[in-house]
Amino acid sequence: MTQLPQSTDRKMGLVIDLDTCVGCHACVISCKGWNTENYGAPLSDQDAYGSDPSGTFLNRVHSFEVQPTPCQSNPAPEAQLIHFPKSCLHCEDAPCVTVCPTGASYKRVEDGIVLVNESDCIGCGLCAWSCPYGARELDQAEGVMKKCTLCVDRIYNENLEEVDRVPTCVRTCPAGARHFGDLGDPNSDVSQLVAERGGMDLMPEMGTKPVNKYLPPRPKDTIEEQIDILAPLLAPIAEEPQGFLGWLDKALDKLPGGNA
Amino acid sequence: MHPAPSVIVFTTLSGLGFGLLLFLGLGMPDVTGWVAFVFFAIAYALAVGGLLASTFHLGHPERALKAFTQWRSSWLSREGWCAVIALLVMAPYGAGLVFMGESYSILGLIGALFSLLTVFTTSMIYTQLKTIPRWNMKLTPAMFLSFSLAGGALLSGQIKAAMVLLAVAAVVQVVYWKQGDQALAASGTDMGTATGLGSIGEVRAFEPPHTGTNYLLREFVHVVGRKHAAKLRIIAFTLAFVVPLLLLYLSPHHLGALIAVLSHLVGIAVSRWLFFAQAEHVVGLYYGKR
Repeated sequence: MTQLPQSTDRKMGLVIDLDTCVGCHACVISCKGWNTENYGAPLSDQDAYGSDPSGTFLNRVHSFEVQPTPCQSNPAPEAQLIHFPKSCLHCEDAPCVTVCPTGASYKRVEDGIVLVNESDCIGCGLCAWSCPYGARELDQAEGVMKKCTLCVDRIYNENLEEVDRVPTCVRTCPAGARHFGDLGDPNSDVSQLVAERGGMDLMPEMGTKPVNKYLPPRPKDTIEEQIDILAPLLAPIAEEPQGFLGWLDKALDKLPGGNA
Repeated sequence: MHPAPSVIVFTTLSGLGFGLLLFLGLGMPDVTGWVAFVFFAIAYALAVGGLLASTFHLGHPERALKAFTQWRSSWLSREGWCAVIALLVMAPYGAGLVFMGESYSILGLIGALFSLLTVFTTSMIYTQLKTIPRWNMKLTPAMFLSFSLAGGALLSGQIKAAMVLLAVAAVVQVVYWKQGDQALAASGTDMGTATGLGSIGEVRAFEPPHTGTNYLLREFVHVVGRKHAAKLRIIAFTLAFVVPLLLLYLSPHHLGALIAVLSHLVGIAVSRWLFFAQAEHVVGLYYGKR
């Protein structure tokens, strides 16, 4: 049924820390690895080793440069490079669910995860059209829509160690930039992190009410005149060359051909 | 948006076909026997041909029947229902006219209503998408409906109605282009809101997620085709409206009407190509494109 539930018991989702992400793409690779061999159709690649490779990914990392607006306290701010992982935000008001003509797309009442029942998907692509975040990709080999499942086959999987019962992108992240939990519970770790760091929605004007939140990068430290405590010790001992080098310097200056 | 030929053919032909069915349902022209047969054959060929073309872009066309289940929430599902009802109701109405010379006008009225609803639901599939500001406008259904009515009047030989409706459609087209050109800027969505980083300062796409292309870029970011947009608009406008209007005014006879119909068809197809090729999906902003 592609009508959205009035409310969900929990709002499971991700919190992505843009201050911590180093842009290593490990989450992209682990996502592709886990999801190509578990739930649903594999994530195919086309011309993987050829001149025009492309493939289905559920998580992609963009990099943006932000030039902060100059202000009185910082008239010449340094540009910031921000790595930006992007996957399904499991929106509360998910437009991809309501546009689906077959009922293949649905949002689960128990945890709010947005999933695709691949055996009902006709591959019309309308859900991908309706998603502002580019979270859905039509697999070119299978002809069905693929999207982040929040690793629904890991998080409740009792065959895995408890530490592994999180989405594979969260488990893999070497920087600890990805957090998983119930964003519907104000006392959960993720909700408190969002409150503390001013977690934000992407494109709030679209009215999708994303569950996943992004933590904005902290302002950069200002670069001081001298930050290296070893710098005084590494200063050149003699500003002007002396001895043999001093004579050589003067002798070369006297030769025709001009000074360097 | 990628201007997929299947969707352009579908919306162009079925819009015209359901427009003709609408006029036939209202008893315009009032024909029976062989003449009615030819009119209904053309209308069904256009409407059904268009619907068949639309299945070509599906990943799994064999599951298309499942698309009738979600009419409560999905405009695509509603479109399927309206089209099937219109075609099923118009069949006995057409058969009555062709074989018995009888006009079951109540069936014709219901069929005409659902023909109109089919075009409206088609337009709502595009209009509902907030992700594509150029489509997310009240003028989108106005454009689809006015094109379909004008084409239907032209095809059914209603000269006076066609001239008025073509003029109306022409005005809607110009206003749609004018408003559409400002739609993305007016939507308030830019790289700043897409990334949430706009509050810090100016955002620039530094590096895409991969060196190659992907489904999202192929489907949603069609920049190449916009190069000739201004010229194509003039071509579309001339063929769809100016030429048919002139022909109807100067020589409202069979040959003139035939050329007017063909010119209109090609013009609408070009306009529909632009409708897709010029539409900017906001996901392009993540790639620094539009």
